[in-house]
Amino acid sequence: MTTLTKTEDAPAPTGPESFLSVRDLKVQFSTEDGIVKAVDGLSFDVERGKTLGIVGESGSGKSVTNLTILGLHNPRSSSVDGEIVLDGKELVTATERELEQLRGNKMAMIFQDPLTALSPFYTVGRQLSEPFMKHRGASKKDARDRAIQLLEKVGIPQPKARFDDYPHQFSGGMRQRAMIAMALMCDPELLIADEPTTALDVTVQAQILDLLKDLQQEFGSAIIFITHDLGVISNMADDLLVMYAGRAVERGSVREVLGAPKHPYTWGLLSSMPRLDGDINEALEPIPGSPPSLLNPPTGCPFHPRCAFKDEVPGTLCTDSRPPLGEGRASACHLTAEQKQSIFIDKIQPRLR
Amino acid sequence: MFQFIIRRTVGALVTLFLIGAATFFLFVAAPSDYASLACGKDCSPARLEDIRQALGLNLPIHQQFWDFMSGIVMGRDYPTGHCSAPCLGQSFYSGDMVWSTIMDRFPTTLTLTAGGAVVFVIVGVGAGMIAAYRRGTLIDKVATGVSMVLSSFQIYVLGPIVLLIFVYSTGWMDNPAYHPITEDPWTWFTGMLLPVLVMATIFTAQYTRMARSSMIEQLAEEHVRTARAKGMSNKYVFFRYAWRGSMIPIVTVLGIDISAMLGGAVVTEITFSLQGIGRLAVDGAVHKDLPLTMGVMLFGAFFILIVNILTDIAYAYIDPRVRLS
Repeated sequence: MTTLTKTEDAPAPTGPESFLSVRDLKVQFSTEDGIVKAVDGLSFDVERGKTLGIVGESGSGKSVTNLTILGLHNPRSSSVDGEIVLDGKELVTATERELEQLRGNKMAMIFQDPLTALSPFYTVGRQLSEPFMKHRGASKKDARDRAIQLLEKVGIPQPKARFDDYPHQFSGGMRQRAMIAMALMCDPELLIADEPTTALDVTVQAQILDLLKDLQQEFGSAIIFITHDLGVISNMADDLLVMYAGRAVERGSVREVLGAPKHPYTWGLLSSMPRLDGDINEALEPIPGSPPSLLNPPTGCPFHPRCAFKDEVPGTLCTDSRPPLGEGRASACHLTAEQKQSIFIDKIQPRLR
Repeated sequence: MFQFIIRRTVGALVTLFLIGAATFFLFVAAPSDYASLACGKDCSPARLEDIRQALGLNLPIHQQFWDFMSGIVMGRDYPTGHCSAPCLGQSFYSGDMVWSTIMDRFPTTLTLTAGGAVVFVIVGVGAGMIAAYRRGTLIDKVATGVSMVLSSFQIYVLGPIVLLIFVYSTGWMDNPAYHPITEDPWTWFTGMLLPVLVMATIFTAQYTRMARSSMIEQLAEEHVRTARAKGMSNKYVFFRYAWRGSMIPIVTVLGIDISAMLGGAVVTEITFSLQGIGRLAVDGAVHKDLPLTMGVMLFGAFFILIVNILTDIAYAYIDPRVRLS
């Protein structure tokens, strides 16, 4: 049987103008049990001023991808292949020193859990000031002014007094705001937000999302927004990448992917989402099975063991060959375009109403 | 802070009293008494009674206890003279004042402790941190391997080997002994060098392993990753972010070790025939010498309590989440 994996090696959903371009990224961890292919041939682009949403189950490679962009993966236990080009600069082959210059400066990351992601040993102000002093060569006083200004911008009351507080003296929402302020200290052109609102309650979540949108408008940064909350993503992102087992299975604008999804996994994600106006007697439909082991991923299409529609594909195509992800608006599935459309309209859409 | 120290000091005094009481009554409850031991084989009841009287053992137990404890604060009068506070009584066996005996022996123990602590904090913790910084390299493997071997040694194994090599066969050094530092710092140094190094070697190995694992654990913390994500250099992240957290377990164990050693490093002292507090503790138990045992016990407990308070202050200094109130 032919393997179609090769086609993904061919670069280029878009031209050279994209600000961040990831091509055929492969991240592998060697563990005692074998090699884990955490990210296996991923390509995407992000433009300035745009937000790319990445959704997928736990273990689908979302976070690993973004840690790799910053070069924060463990170099001893992992190997990285492929290209990550940020504004013309290749990051996979960059030295640690070059990456240091970029991190917190040109690219910054907002982490998931603000309780553990801020150091308990230093004041919020000091933690905010450090990158500014390092990257801009600013004096302590300038860094302090900048930090207070940003703390105010992210909505921390009395930022002057709060500057000298420790993270444990902040509430959860304030810590997350401080985290965002920290990422923004040097006006990063690329901002990676790894589930920045997961640990927060819904009202605070909405405030933080609004804040990120405002800041994006102001600074024109590119944002990569990782989440498994489809509601949040529809609110935040311009483009959407659906990941499964370390690969992208569907790509397109948010409107396209959420409005007319073309991949059985995306259908599953949408069907399993609870709706406020849904019938309370109707059970949610989870995707059957569990995420595949990345040590020993399924042959062919990694989603085939859980796919309800693989019988519609002739022969053993699903188990034998990995479906390629085309360019632009695309989904990695062996179903024909007509099949995808009719299945979605007949079987999936009614469930979402 | 001030309030904390006051509160902990009062607590420590109560604890000391309770430890004293427990030691005293446990000792008295033991099925042998010093008087009949001292009296020997052909013991007449009259002679026994004399000895008991001379030692104050004829008094009711609570009276004996009160005399002892009040003596610590107010001093005591003996037929041989006044014993000024802090009076830990008069040794049954040697007749010497326990406090002055302890004070004679303490410099030896203090030298062992201080010398050992300096070596194992600097060398042990330092080697562990270097191993963690260069994790997976040859340096790490050597440090881990050597510390593994050394920490499975015992002082009474390593001690005689070292003595054999440096003293008995080659004569490079004199037999270890304590000479007061005030008389001649050089003989003080050379006299205590071997015992300090042998004891420190074993502790050092443990500290290396602990510092390494504690450091590696901290380096995996999310806040350390955040610091790297800000573009801070590896060195900065290592020494500012990871180091701070890794000190907490080290300070804990250091506190326990130092206070235990100040109460007497029994094995080291006996291995090297040094006259320290540890040796006194053994003597007290062997000779059923109540005042000596009480004295050494309270002296050791005192250091444990003091070091505990200092450890808590250190915690608060390291970790701002810890409050001293």
